[in-house]
Amino acid sequence: MNNKVSNNRAWLLVLPMLVLVAFSAIIPLMTVVNYSVQDVLGPNASFFTGTEWFKSMLNDSALQAAFVRQIAFSLVILAIQIPLGIGIALIMPKRGWQASAVLILITLPLLIPWNVVGSIWQIFTRGDIGLMGWGLRELGIDYNITRHSGDAWVTIVLMDVWHWTPLVAMLCYSGLRSIPEAYYQAARIDRASKWAVFRYIQLPKLTNVLVIAVLLRFMHSFMIYAEPFVLTGGGPGSSTTFLSQALTTMAVGQQDLGPSAAFSLIYFLVILLVSWVFYTTIMHMQKDKPPQGGA
Amino acid sequence: MAEITLKGLAHSYAKTPSGAADYAIRQMDHIWHQGGAYALLGPSGCGKSTLLNIISGLLEPSQGDVLFDGQRVNELPPEERNIAQVFQFPVIYDTMTVFDNLAFPLRNMNTPEYRVKPKVLEVADILDLTPLLGRKAKNLTADEKQKVSMGRGLVRDDVTAILFDEPLTVIDPQLKWKLRRKLKEIHERFNITMIYVTHDQLEASTFADRIAVMYEGQVVQFGTPRELFERPAHTFVGYFIGSPGMNFMAVEYRDDQVMFGVQPLPVSPALRHAVANANATNIKLGIRPEFITISTHHTDESVPVEVANVQDLGTYSLLTFILNGQTFKARLPEGHPPVGKAAFARFDDAHVALYIDEFRVETGHE
Repeated sequence: MNNKVSNNRAWLLVLPMLVLVAFSAIIPLMTVVNYSVQDVLGPNASFFTGTEWFKSMLNDSALQAAFVRQIAFSLVILAIQIPLGIGIALIMPKRGWQASAVLILITLPLLIPWNVVGSIWQIFTRGDIGLMGWGLRELGIDYNITRHSGDAWVTIVLMDVWHWTPLVAMLCYSGLRSIPEAYYQAARIDRASKWAVFRYIQLPKLTNVLVIAVLLRFMHSFMIYAEPFVLTGGGPGSSTTFLSQALTTMAVGQQDLGPSAAFSLIYFLVILLVSWVFYTTIMHMQKDKPPQGGA
Repeated sequence: MAEITLKGLAHSYAKTPSGAADYAIRQMDHIWHQGGAYALLGPSGCGKSTLLNIISGLLEPSQGDVLFDGQRVNELPPEERNIAQVFQFPVIYDTMTVFDNLAFPLRNMNTPEYRVKPKVLEVADILDLTPLLGRKAKNLTADEKQKVSMGRGLVRDDVTAILFDEPLTVIDPQLKWKLRRKLKEIHERFNITMIYVTHDQLEASTFADRIAVMYEGQVVQFGTPRELFERPAHTFVGYFIGSPGMNFMAVEYRDDQVMFGVQPLPVSPALRHAVANANATNIKLGIRPEFITISTHHTDESVPVEVANVQDLGTYSLLTFILNGQTFKARLPEGHPPVGKAAFARFDDAHVALYIDEFRVETGHE
């Protein structure tokens, strides 16, 4: 028979947390959902629009372009920062004061606020007083981030690499340090080449930190806002206008609450989807494959 | 073929060692013969792992030579010595299957694939790994992983010695004896020198034909398990081997008698003579708990003792008694009549050993 105690008062204990989460996440998100299906004309004038905003957002060619740009940017910086981060971690000194010194030096860019990073690079790339801008001009290279979209792109990528590769490097460094010495010793006895040691010991042992690094860097770069905004303002033209900036222009600049709410939700879902697919794929790869005939 | 000779070997982790205490390995000479099953036994920190790493080439000794078949190999890295090593924690290559793990050392030597496969299958068969060959090594149990790391040493034809660094530490107790038997089997099947580092005397004596007992960076005795038990060459061996270890008494020669404090000991004339001529201050007599007889009646050969407690351990009892303020252990056979608070202990003459400055001195009285 059912001898469970039917006392549901325990749920009351969950209540404070529920209230907290409701105010911090659920209610704001639902407000956005609410806006995304309405056309708000004034404080008391709004009507239901259904999926109209979503359709128009998905068909907006400016947003589509920003989306493609955003994907390209995230892929480019991941393709550079992950290998570079691993490489730096591999050559970092392992012990002694050199290790601490290098760690501190490497961490410095991470401590600088986004806006400041943008400003630093904005000045750095100026043709008249910036070291890089001036230097390149002196070398006879026609470098100008306000005029050439290619230059603007390269600079933003460079800036992001400078700012965020240290995070990848630090994560990898900690991952490498946690590999027991016996693995390297066994590999020597097995006559493994340097490459084999990297491929079969270091890289597999780094999988977990690399998953974190890729996810963090993907989410971060996909939401990048302050740095390109300060550096190029999204220009020249709209060549460096990424999704966040497009959204801000719409929501704050034009007060288009409905469309920008719909857009926000799409934005959020894309990040969630990509992260989920990536994580699941990696985790699935580590499982045993179904047995195949013979070895 | 490999006969491993250590000549005048010493090692210190300090750059400029100042005293004996700075040495992880004190100067020593030792020979491991081809095809032997050896154990290096000692407590933690006695230098046994250091010695093993010197043999495998992971460490370069600060003094002396390591010779493989008479060839000096000090500077040769492990990959150029024909050895394999199994570590305390199983080292496997996570992303590879068991088959690829076993094939790894062969593939690193560019062995053609048609020769890799039969060799791997053969080794897998010996180690009972055949059903697991297609599995990812990462998902195996600890003992399976340890077998895989052992297997990587066995696939190579050029391996003449396998070094084990406490390989059963992470293995479940029920599986330990299985793996130990497997090791024995492998040793009998291949003509490979095996050196097994452990701090467990049972593990050492079931695996090895000869055991080297290490203490404070020195091999204090090298012998068969039986020799270690019956004729410990050093007080440490006496204390470390056996359970419980040997009883020791610091004695001196006074008034024509061997005195343990205020208690004269009834010992054989030969032993008394040896103690009288010892010419040292550190003289000890050692006796194993197995060779102390406890009785309730006094005889000429026994000394009065105060019984502290008796512990029943099933097949035998362990009696603790106090003599001259010092605690002794004696082993009573099953069915021994009960003893009271006061009893008499007789030390079996043939098994009383003399130690001068901690090393055994043969007296010929046995």
